Amino acid sequence: MTTSLISVENISKIYGIGEIEVHALTDVTLKINKGEFIAIMGASGSGKSTFMNIIGCLDRPTSGNYLLDGMDVNKLDKNKLAEFRNKKIGFIFQSFNILARTTAIENVELPLLYNRTINNKERKSRAYNALKSVGLADRQYSLPNQLSGGQQQRIAIARALVNEPIVIMADEPTGNLDSKTSYEIMEIFQTLNNRGITIVMVTHEPDIAQFALSTILFKDGKIISNKPVKERKLALTELEKIKQPITVIKEK
Amino acid sequence: MIRNKLRTFLTMLGIIIGVASVIAMLAIGEGSKQNIQASISSLGTNSIMIIPGAISQGGVHLEAGSQQSLTREDAEAIQQKCDAIKYISPVVQSGAQVIAGSKNWRTVVMGVFSDYFYSRNLEIQDGSIFNQTDDKAAAKVCVIGLTVALNLFEGQANTIGQTIRINRIPFKIIGILEKKGQNTFGQDQDDIVIAPFATVQKRMLSTTNVHMIIASAKSEEQIDEAKEQILQLIRLRHKIPKDGDDDFMVRTQSDLSNIFGSISKVLTILLASIASISLLVGGIGIMNIMLVSVTERTREIGIRLAVGAKSRDVLIQFVIESVFISFIGGLIGIGLGIFVSMMVANFGGWPVTVTLFSILLSFLFSTIVGLFFGWYPAQKASNLNPIDALRYE
Ligand SMILES: Nc1ncnc2c1ncn2[C@@H]1O[C@H](COP(=O)(O)OP(=O)(O)O)[C@@H](O)[C@H]1O
Ligand SMILES: [Mg+2]
Repeated sequence: MTTSLISVENISKIYGIGEIEVHALTDVTLKINKGEFIAIMGASGSGKSTFMNIIGCLDRPTSGNYLLDGMDVNKLDKNKLAEFRNKKIGFIFQSFNILARTTAIENVELPLLYNRTINNKERKSRAYNALKSVGLADRQYSLPNQLSGGQQQRIAIARALVNEPIVIMADEPTGNLDSKTSYEIMEIFQTLNNRGITIVMVTHEPDIAQFALSTILFKDGKIISNKPVKERKLALTELEKIKQPITVIKEK
Repeated sequence: MIRNKLRTFLTMLGIIIGVASVIAMLAIGEGSKQNIQASISSLGTNSIMIIPGAISQGGVHLEAGSQQSLTREDAEAIQQKCDAIKYISPVVQSGAQVIAGSKNWRTVVMGVFSDYFYSRNLEIQDGSIFNQTDDKAAAKVCVIGLTVALNLFEGQANTIGQTIRINRIPFKIIGILEKKGQNTFGQDQDDIVIAPFATVQKRMLSTTNVHMIIASAKSEEQIDEAKEQILQLIRLRHKIPKDGDDDFMVRTQSDLSNIFGSISKVLTILLASIASISLLVGGIGIMNIMLVSVTERTREIGIRLAVGAKSRDVLIQFVIESVFISFIGGLIGIGLGIFVSMMVANFGGWPVTVTLFSILLSFLFSTIVGLFFGWYPAQKASNLNPIDALRYE
């Protein structure tokens, strides 16, 4: 048996107690290996976010087993789980979820504040490097309300990267962004993935899913397909393509 | 918290007012206590008062002089027989109009033995006091207080030797008392004329009455002994049967300071509890704001939990915020409390004493208030489930 980074077995999630029960996930089994870049697709309400929250250790399944990096997550208590999230997982949300009225660099530093092995100096330099890697080195003292949506999402990515996680989980990271900005985010993801970081991303946009290596399709709380992306797109190329028509129009 | 300055300040205001009032109230209480003690000790060291009248059942008969049970002879007998007594003087006093030339002044005239001056620690600023011979002869001499001197002679240098008329009797001024100022009860202790006992009792008032007898024990240790000797002697002289009620009272300085001490203690406790209530209200204000803040910042808490904050981290963050509010509020409150105390002292003429104890007490109390009332909201915040907190709108 190969050791997968993520291994979920027959997990189910039932919301609500008593009369109205919502079966958000039913018997989901999936293995994700290191270095993968997975796009999770499916209609709204099909259980994508629920699945992400569980594998991201933000929520617990009602039943089933989950091993992350060989560790049985169900057995961890609240504090250990927090530590796990801190060190192993970088989370990116559709609504950015960065602290308002807090500078870009401070937002990026946040996970390191809860990592006691890192001192002040190292925290600052790592946060700066993470910001630099998403192209925001010059905006470290900007507040979120002074930044565009794309820039805010890049802060969130830097924050997810700063603790050097083994996996990045992104729940509709481009859901609130226009297509050019979305491609820029995908470019960052592809670069990270090329460096060996595993990425699990939820999206309902098929063209965004094409930047991944494989896609998983959810329907009514179940996985109905899992296949590699056939014509994989490269974000850099796509960005070039958008630029071209504009220059063409200018020439005319 | 820092980002919502007005709200933080208003929350702090509760603590500020609470701490300030605790400090001011304790300062006023402490000040009046010390002032009363000072007044009592200004009665003279080791002093004992004998007042006519009986101790009524269950309480103190305060109407001194309402009975005419004490005599000059009682005082003289004490002088001869009680060996624990150093000074003794009967006292008669009366309000009187004092005339000097075209000026007149209403004051109190006291008739006493020369021992009275020693017993009460009255110093002479100018001239001298009268002696026993003056008393025997009922000499028409007197010692006056500074207020009387200023009002009748405008502080002229040649006041000694001048004559004042009291009830048409001419008194020669032989001495001026050193300034003593007001006592706790607002009486001007310099507004007085003191003359030999016999002169005032016989010539001025034509009475056999004695208003009280002032005595001093030889030493502090002998006060109780002296009190007992006086009790025995006067009971014997007044022929009071063994189980009969006394027709006089003996009060020592410590009796007085005990009475007033317990009064001012009650006063201080009362004031401090009123002030503590405002501190409590301030604490509830903190709790209220922290609860609002936890609700408002649910999403922030969710984000922190998602990136790896433990329950304890969130708990500490919120507790620190509320303790910080009450801590800073406490500091400002101490400043304000001292300021208010000084204002009361300056403009109210009320004595105040800010003690280190009251500062530490209110500071400690306000910090505990912050901790106590901040704990519940912080607990609430730290128990949030990360995913529920993130989903909160
Ligand atoms: N906290 C919750 N309480 C009750 N039902 C929920 C909760 N979260 C999600 N659901 C339900 O679970 C199902 C799956 O939701 P979700 O995982 O958010 O889907 P997706 O992200 O694919 O749109 C939906 O029917 C949704 O209404
Ligand atoms: Mg979703």
